[in-house]
Amino acid sequence: MSKVSRLNADPKPWVAYAIVAVGALFMLAPFYFMFVFATHSRTEIFNLPPPLWFGTDLPANLKILTERLPFWRNLGFSLYVALGATALTLLFCSMAGYAFAHYEFRFKQPLFTLVMATMLLPSFMNMIPSFLIMDALGWIDQHRALYIPGAASAFGIFMMRQYAGSAVPRELVEAARMDGAGELGIYWRIVLPLLKPALGTLGLITFIGSWNNFIGPLVVMRSAEQFTLPLALRSLQSTVNTEWGALMAGSAIATIPLLILFAIASRQLIAGLTAGAVK
Amino acid sequence: MRLPSFLQLSPRWAPYVLISPFLVLFAVFGVFPLCFSLYLAFQSWEPTSGLGAMEFVGLDNFVFALGDEWFWKSLKNTLWLALAAGVPQHLVAIPLAAFIHHAFVRSRDVVIGAYFLPYITSTVAIAIMFSSLFSTDYGLINAALGAWFGGEHVDWLGKAANIKPAIAFIVFWRYLGFNVVLYLAALQTIPKDLYEAATLDGAGRFKQFWFITLPSLKPMVFFGVTLSVIGGLQLFEEPFILTGGKGGPDQAAMTSAVYLYRMAFDFNDFGGASAMSWLLFAVVALLTWLTNRAFRDKRGAA
Repeated sequence: MSKVSRLNADPKPWVAYAIVAVGALFMLAPFYFMFVFATHSRTEIFNLPPPLWFGTDLPANLKILTERLPFWRNLGFSLYVALGATALTLLFCSMAGYAFAHYEFRFKQPLFTLVMATMLLPSFMNMIPSFLIMDALGWIDQHRALYIPGAASAFGIFMMRQYAGSAVPRELVEAARMDGAGELGIYWRIVLPLLKPALGTLGLITFIGSWNNFIGPLVVMRSAEQFTLPLALRSLQSTVNTEWGALMAGSAIATIPLLILFAIASRQLIAGLTAGAVK
Repeated sequence: MRLPSFLQLSPRWAPYVLISPFLVLFAVFGVFPLCFSLYLAFQSWEPTSGLGAMEFVGLDNFVFALGDEWFWKSLKNTLWLALAAGVPQHLVAIPLAAFIHHAFVRSRDVVIGAYFLPYITSTVAIAIMFSSLFSTDYGLINAALGAWFGGEHVDWLGKAANIKPAIAFIVFWRYLGFNVVLYLAALQTIPKDLYEAATLDGAGRFKQFWFITLPSLKPMVFFGVTLSVIGGLQLFEEPFILTGGKGGPDQAAMTSAVYLYRMAFDFNDFGGASAMSWLLFAVVALLTWLTNRAFRDKRGAA
């Protein structure tokens, strides 16, 4: 047996398996307990030792949740805002990204540099100004304050420009022009379908970002009736005698859509979220 | 199907139409507010009294911030948390990524997924989850610590000395997977024959890790650390939610971003908060620059 093939026939690296597996359990444990606690009452969670397996109080917890909060309404608003943000981001960023990749226009380079520079700004820089602008527009407590500003996503522009540059052949755009297709028609019927994979990734990232968004709503939303889910759940925590079971049930419900999306498209999501970093 | 004639644009004008929706939003919600906040940093203003109540105060806001005890305290808290959460992330993520890289082929996606999951989960759900796990008398973490090591229950979130480690732990847990993915990507670029040659030379696994893997990962380490520094200095949601928006006992968990929020929305001092945000921006820029410089010097020397 040659030395190289002995390398391939390495004994199984059990130590590595064990460490990685234990680490993975440690990562997942908090999720497990969130779901377990969602099925227990407040008193059961406060037993010693705490419950380690599922209980029967999920319906009771949901009842508390819906009594204390307009829970389904909050959930609906979260979905509405996330879908709105996703649709607008995909449309506006694909239009602008395609223009940056395939057209020449005045101030193109400085504009692109400026947009990219805003990606480097710490997120807290925007907290006060975004409140003031929403106040000036009269958008305080309005959902549009949550889904419209995000559509000017610098990351979205970056991603769309990269992808449109490599996935949309210039010859194809040129040929369509020769055939008498209008410029917007080319964007809508030729470019957009070619951008589909990148649109999928950007869509997932935008949806999840909006679904989880806390600072945005914290700054502009005022009434519990209008809250999105993260804000609503937090408001439940700040009362005395926190209903932990109900709160866990709410958190679990807020987490389930993410788990589903992650199960379907984890590869795409991880690649997209680390894209700026890895390349 | 042809578009109506007013939508038939020439290639010369089309790009302006295509970027305009983005551009309008970018100008209104990106550039303008930023400029306004710079202007505001030199004004004294409470928004409730209307735009007319604005008063030019020169550098007063900056002077106040620099003399403000809480400003420095929050900055110290932020740096402490950025280090305590950031350094272990990389110390753990590097060997972990090496293990996954060498030992996992078929189930790799599942394993990476498990580590990455906290990163995409809502911070509010995470904070709620951990405030139960960390609770003093009935929390699972104290129950486990008590069962293994005995001793008193630790008041994690109620005592100034304990709340920072608790938050650093949550941040560590949350971003570990992100770093693992970064290092896995870097590991994939190391040529396999380097390891094969080392094996032929009789170098064991540890030696290979030390002399091949680590040096090859260097650029990614610096990049990853830079990201952690930038991210760590902006820490807001975890400490905000875990302390009910106040900053915790003795302001021990009040990060700069949390203080910034309180200054504007609790104390209604928008001019002061704007000035502070620019000061913090300077700190972030400076630290990022320093990290990069360290990176370049090391590279030049190597």
